[in-house]
Amino acid sequence: MSGEHGELPVAARVRRLEERLIAAGLATDEELDEILERVFSSASPVNGARMVARAWKDPGYHDRLLADGNAAAAELGFASGAQGYLLKAVENTPGVHNMIVCTLCSCYPTALLGPSPSWYKSFAYRSRAVREPRVVLAEFGLELPDTTEVRVWDANSEARFLVLPLRPESTDEMDESELASLVTRNGLIGTALR
Amino acid sequence: MTRFAAGARVRAQVADPDGHTRLPRYARGHVGEVVEVRATWQLPDEAVRGVFRAEPVYAVRFNAAELWGSGSHSVILDLWESYLEEAP
Repeated sequence: MSGEHGELPVAARVRRLEERLIAAGLATDEELDEILERVFSSASPVNGARMVARAWKDPGYHDRLLADGNAAAAELGFASGAQGYLLKAVENTPGVHNMIVCTLCSCYPTALLGPSPSWYKSFAYRSRAVREPRVVLAEFGLELPDTTEVRVWDANSEARFLVLPLRPESTDEMDESELASLVTRNGLIGTALR
Repeated sequence: MTRFAAGARVRAQVADPDGHTRLPRYARGHVGEVVEVRATWQLPDEAVRGVFRAEPVYAVRFNAAELWGSGSHSVILDLWESYLEEAP
């Protein structure tokens, strides 16, 4: 889990909810731990980065990823993590930058991006990303030209988003693992260029 | 058959429901354009009360100027058909 998470008020709320569930006999501590272990053991932004690198390298995969994110995740062996929601990849182009937010809670494709960072769950990010995304991006160190169109995707439904960043120049010689190493979690959220 | 097609102008309902909803307050009353039909999913507002009724969900793009009165970006939301009405 991300660093400050344990100190946030939400962590206290989650603990109270867990205690109530256990006290009511609806779940045991062991069951909850097992679920978390299952969810987080394989959840990593390395998975999303591998999908991006494959899309950069293989035009066929690129098209399949944009057409059907769940099938594209399954193709690389990430099927179990992408169950239960519709995975939608949104592609950055020279003129368009995408970023994702969940204004209602903190929805996010954990299996492919890893546990979500504290700031993604903060009220500040959730309220400001839809209102002043350029200011928020600048705070992340990403200054976009005025000519770049910014699209903010609010994950308010059963869809989860993954940003397909723009492939950097002068990477023609790189293999897929080298390309994957260029992609960060923030790049997959859209708060970094890649 | 879906009520709206890509390109349709739609207005998000203004009503403030009593219970759970996936229509964020900031979009209420505002006009956007349907980008695509996302899927057919149960309406969460009813599902939380044990009533399971699936309906079309649309990806709807709102311009920042429409939502906030300023800004050049756009915000794309997935909105259930019940949340939407035709906009002129």
